[in-house]
Amino acid sequence: MSSDSIAFNPAVESTRPIGDRLHDWVATVDHKKLGIMYILYALVFLVIGGIEATIMRIQLIVPHNHFVSPQVFNEMFTMHGTTMIFFVAMPIMFGFANYLLPLMIGARDMAFPRLNAWSFWLAAFGGLLLYFSFIGGNGLYGAGGAPDVGWFAYAPLTARVFSIGHSTDFWTLGLVVSGIGSIGTAANIVATVLCMRCAGMTLGKMPLLAWMNLVMAGLVLLAISPLTAAQIMLSLDRYLGAHFFDTQAGGSAVIWMHFFWIFGHPEVYVLVIPAFAFASEIIPVFSRKPIFGYPVMVAATVAIGFVSFTVWAHHMFTVGMNSYANSFFTISTMIVGVPTGIKIFNWIGTMWGGKIQFKTPMLFCIGFLFQFLIAGLTGIMLAVAPFDWQLGNSYFVVAHFHYVIVGAILFALFGAFYYWFPKMSGRMYNERLGKWHFWLFLIGFHLTFDFMHIPGLLGMPRRIYTYEPGRGWDIWNLIITVGVFFQAAGILVFVCNLLWSRIRGPVCASDPWDAWTLEWSTSSPPPEYNFAVLPVVRSRRPLWDIKHPEDPDWKYE
Amino acid sequence: MRRTRHRALVRSVGGLFAEILVLLAFLSFATSQCFGGPDPSPANIFRPSSTPADEVFHIAIFVLIIAAVIFTVVFCLLAYALVKFRRRTDDDGREPAPVYGSNQVELAWTVLPILIVLVLFLATARVIHSVEDAPKPPAAVEVIAIGHQFWWEFRYPALGVVTANELHVPRSDPAHPTPTYVELHSADTDHSFWVPRLAGKTDLIPNRTNNMWIDPHEVGIYVGQCAQYCGTQHAKMLLRVYVDTNEGFRQWAQQEAQPARVSDAVSEGRRVFETTACMNCHAISGTVADGQFGPDLTHLMSRETIASGAALNTAENLRLWIRDPEAIKPGSLMPAMQLTDQDLDAVTAYLETLR
Amino acid sequence: MSSPSLTPSLPESAWILPSRGRVGMFCLIAAESAMFTIFLVAYIFYIGKSQSGPTPKDVLEVPIFATICLLSSSLTIHFAVVALRNAKSSLFAIWWFVTMALGTIFLVETGREWYHLIFEKGLTISTNLFGTTYYSLVGLHAFHVTVGLIGLTIGMILALLGKVKQEHNERADVFSLYWHFVDVVWIAVFTVVYIIGR
Repeated sequence: MSSDSIAFNPAVESTRPIGDRLHDWVATVDHKKLGIMYILYALVFLVIGGIEATIMRIQLIVPHNHFVSPQVFNEMFTMHGTTMIFFVAMPIMFGFANYLLPLMIGARDMAFPRLNAWSFWLAAFGGLLLYFSFIGGNGLYGAGGAPDVGWFAYAPLTARVFSIGHSTDFWTLGLVVSGIGSIGTAANIVATVLCMRCAGMTLGKMPLLAWMNLVMAGLVLLAISPLTAAQIMLSLDRYLGAHFFDTQAGGSAVIWMHFFWIFGHPEVYVLVIPAFAFASEIIPVFSRKPIFGYPVMVAATVAIGFVSFTVWAHHMFTVGMNSYANSFFTISTMIVGVPTGIKIFNWIGTMWGGKIQFKTPMLFCIGFLFQFLIAGLTGIMLAVAPFDWQLGNSYFVVAHFHYVIVGAILFALFGAFYYWFPKMSGRMYNERLGKWHFWLFLIGFHLTFDFMHIPGLLGMPRRIYTYEPGRGWDIWNLIITVGVFFQAAGILVFVCNLLWSRIRGPVCASDPWDAWTLEWSTSSPPPEYNFAVLPVVRSRRPLWDIKHPEDPDWKYE
Repeated sequence: MRRTRHRALVRSVGGLFAEILVLLAFLSFATSQCFGGPDPSPANIFRPSSTPADEVFHIAIFVLIIAAVIFTVVFCLLAYALVKFRRRTDDDGREPAPVYGSNQVELAWTVLPILIVLVLFLATARVIHSVEDAPKPPAAVEVIAIGHQFWWEFRYPALGVVTANELHVPRSDPAHPTPTYVELHSADTDHSFWVPRLAGKTDLIPNRTNNMWIDPHEVGIYVGQCAQYCGTQHAKMLLRVYVDTNEGFRQWAQQEAQPARVSDAVSEGRRVFETTACMNCHAISGTVADGQFGPDLTHLMSRETIASGAALNTAENLRLWIRDPEAIKPGSLMPAMQLTDQDLDAVTAYLETLR
Repeated sequence: MSSPSLTPSLPESAWILPSRGRVGMFCLIAAESAMFTIFLVAYIFYIGKSQSGPTPKDVLEVPIFATICLLSSSLTIHFAVVALRNAKSSLFAIWWFVTMALGTIFLVETGREWYHLIFEKGLTISTNLFGTTYYSLVGLHAFHVTVGLIGLTIGMILALLGKVKQEHNERADVFSLYWHFVDVVWIAVFTVVYIIGR
C-alpha cells in the first residue's frame, strides 16, 4: 500500500474548526509539526534580528550619527547576536533535523516524541524570556533594559557593579532555559539516528544529512553545558556573592572567556555542519550524480567535530597568553581548515561530470560554496595569531563570521527551504520569485559583507556606536548600510513567496525533484505516520534503485 | 524552454563572473588606497611604523598571497564545473555516469592542504615568538597603562610622570633602540590597547598584567582606540600616541614631572576646584587634589583633546564638559557638576592655566 | 512514486539497533559530564588563590562515611536491577529501598557538613574563592543526587503499588546508569576537593 494514496487534500483540511487545528499544533508530538514550528519561530526572530541589525547600520551610516543613543546601540548588538545564534540559527537547524530525520531514515517519528515537544516549548520560552527584558529589565521606565553586554558577555562587565538591574540576568536565564531544550533535542537526534533506522540502513548507508546531524548533536551535548555552567557561575556571582569572575577577590576574567569559547567555538560548527548537510543533499540531486566521496565526507565531518574542541582560544589571541599557547591554537585552528576544505572539493567533485540544473535551491548552494570558500580563507587568515592581533575584535572579524553565518549558513538554509518546501507544504514555490530572492539577497550580501572587511583592515574596532571621521571608514560604512536594504528586499520576496505558494501554489507530487532519499517516497506533505510500511533499503539512494532497477546503486557502493 | 534554460545559465554564470568583477574592482581600489597615494587612514594596518606592526604586516602579506592562490584555484574549478557541466538545452534526459569517489584524488587534496598548513604555521610561529618574547633593552622607556571606563591612565614610574589619554614616546633609532614597553592593567573591566600602525592589540584585563612594546620608526601622531567592549562609552575611549624625537620626549617628560603651575589670577577657580567634589576624582600635583578615579589634570593643557579624544581641548569644550558631560560623551562616568555659571567660568579659567 | 517496499533482503530479526532509552541516557550523561568538568576545572584553577579566609586544610574533614554510603548504593541498585531481571519483584523493592536509604544518608551527611562549615567555621559561598568553588561543585553534585532520589522515590512508589514487573528491568537499568554516573562524579569531586585540594 502506497502512502501516496493518502495525498494531501487542502479542501478537507480547511473545513475543520480553527480551535481544533490550533490545538493540533500546540499539543502535538509529531516531529513534522514540531519541525515546522521550530522553523517558523526562527523565521520570526530572523526578522526581529534583522531589524536590530538595520538599526545599527543606520546609526553607523555616517560618523557621529544620532539615530540611536549609545545605550540603545549597545543593546542592539547584544540582542542581535544572541537572537541570531540562539533563536534563529539553532532552532532552524533543529527544525529541519526534526522534520527530515525520521523521513530520511525510514522511521515514523523521532526516538522521544514527548521530549521533542518539551524541548521545543522550552527553547521557545527561552526566547520570549530574553525579549521580555526590553520591558522587564529596568522596569517600564525609559527604553527598558535589554542586555547590553555583548553576546559573549565578558566578565567583569557582567558583574553586579557594572551591569546594574536585571538585563544581564535575562540574558543568562533565557539562554539557560533554551540550552536545556537544546540538550533534549540533541539527545533525541542521537537516539533517533542510532536506534530508529529502517531495515538495511546501516550507518554507512544513511543519508549524509543523518550523519551530519548526528555529529552536530554530539557537539551540542558537549558544548552547551560549558555555557550553562559558566552562566550558573555568573548568576552565583551576581546573587549569592560568589567570586568566580570577581577580579577584586582574586577571580579571573579570563576564565570566563575560556569557558565561553569552549562552548562558543563548537557552537559555530553546530550551526555550519547542518548547512553542510543541506548542501550534501541538494548538490547531488541538481547535478544528477551521487555525492563524491561519501566515506571521506563522513570522516571529515567527524574530524571537524573532534578538532573543533581544540581551537577555542583563537578567540583569545589578544588576551596575553604566552607564545606557546598562541602557537598551539594557531596550528589547531589551521588544522580544522583541512577537513573543511576537503568537503568543498568533494562538492565540486559531485558537480564534475554532472548535468547541473540552476533551480533556486541549487543557486543558493552555489552561493554557499563560493562564499564558504572565502569565509574559510578569511578564517585561516585570522588563525595566524599575529594577524589576529591586528584584526581581532575589528570589523574584519565581524565580516568573516557574517560571511560564514549569512553567506554560507543562511544561503544553504534558503536552499533547503526551497528544496523541502514542496514536501512540507504540498505546494510548489514560485521559481521566478525564488530567483528574485536569490539575486537581491546576493547583491545585498556582497555589498554589505565584502566591503565590511575594509574598515577592519583600516583599524575600525567592533561594538562602537559611532566612529571618528578622518579615519577613512566613512565611505565603507555607507556602502555596508546600503547593502542591508537589498537583503531586506530579498527577505521580503522570500516571505511573500512562501506565504503565497502555501496558499495558492500549484499542488505538488511526492517527488518534484526526481530525488533519491526516502522522504521523496512519501506524499507531499507526508501523512502523520510517514510510512504505511516501513521501508527496507539496500543502498544510499533507495529511490534510485527503484527508478533504475537495471543499474542499482548497491551493485557499486 | 530553450531560451529560459539558456538565460538561466547565462544569468547564473554571468552573475558569478559579475560578482568576481565587482570583487576585483573593490579589491584593487582597496589595495590602491592601502598601499598607494596619501595615507587615507591613520589607523591602517598596512602602513606599519614600528617593528611589531611590521612583523604582522609581513606575515599578513604572506598569508594573503597563499589565500589568494587557493581562492583562484578553487574558484576556477568551481566556475569551470558550472559552465562545462551544466545541463544543455538539447539534453537527452539520461542520467550522467555516477562516480562515487576516488581515493587518489582525496589523498591529493588532503596532503596538499596539510603541507600548506605546515608552512604557514612555521612562518607564523616565528613571528609569534619574535614579537612576544622580544628581550627588553636597557634603554627602553617603561610605561604603565591602566584602563578605566572610559579613559586611559599612563604612568612613567622612572620619570615621575602621570598623565592620561595621550601617550608620548620617543622615536626608536635602530642603531640605539629606545623602544617603549607598556605594562597593561585595568582598574575595572576589560579594555584593549590598539594603535594599528604601531602594534597589534593587547587586552587590559583586571587582576592580570599584560605586556606589549613598540619601537616607532617615525615622528608623528598615531591614533587608535579601545578595542574590547567595556561599556556604554567604549566607542569614545580614543588613543593618541605622540612619537617625539629623543630630545623632544625628554623635554616633554621633564615638563610633565613638574607640579602644577600656580597663578593668583585663577585662585577663585582653584578654590572652586578644591572645595567641590572635583578633587575626589582628579589629582593636580602640588595641590591637595589627589583623586585617583579620574584623569590626572596637572598638565591638562598639554593635551590636544579631552574626554579621551571625544572633544578638542578648547575652553568652550572644557566648560561644556564640566557643565554637562552627557552632551559630549553620554554614559561617561564624569558627573554633571551642578556649578553656577560664575563657578564654571572660574574653574575653567583655572584649568586653562594647567599647562 | 510508491514507497520502496523492496523484497526484504534481510530477515526482520537480523536488524537490531541499540535501545533508545540507553542511548538517550548516555547522551544526558555526556552533557552532564561536560557541565561537571567545567566546575571541576574552576575548582582546580582556583586552588590556593583565595585572598583571605579559611583554607581547605583548616576546615575540611574527609567525608569517609558518606562516601562509603554513596558508593555502596551503586552496588545495591545493581542488585536491584539484577533481581528485577530475574523476576524477583520483592527483592528488587528491598534493594531499591536500600539504595534510597544510602543516598539519603549521603545527602544528610552533606547537609551536616555544610551546617558545620557555615555556622561553625564561617565558610560561605561568598567568603572567598575556596568557598565559592567548594559550595558550587559539591552543591551541583548534591543537586544531582537529589534528582536521583526523586527518581528513586517514584520507582519505590510504583514498586509498592505492585506495578514494577520483569518487563520493566530495562528501564530500571537505564535509570541505574544515571545513579552510577552520580557516583562516578562523586569519586572525581572527592578526589579533587578532599585529596588534591586540601
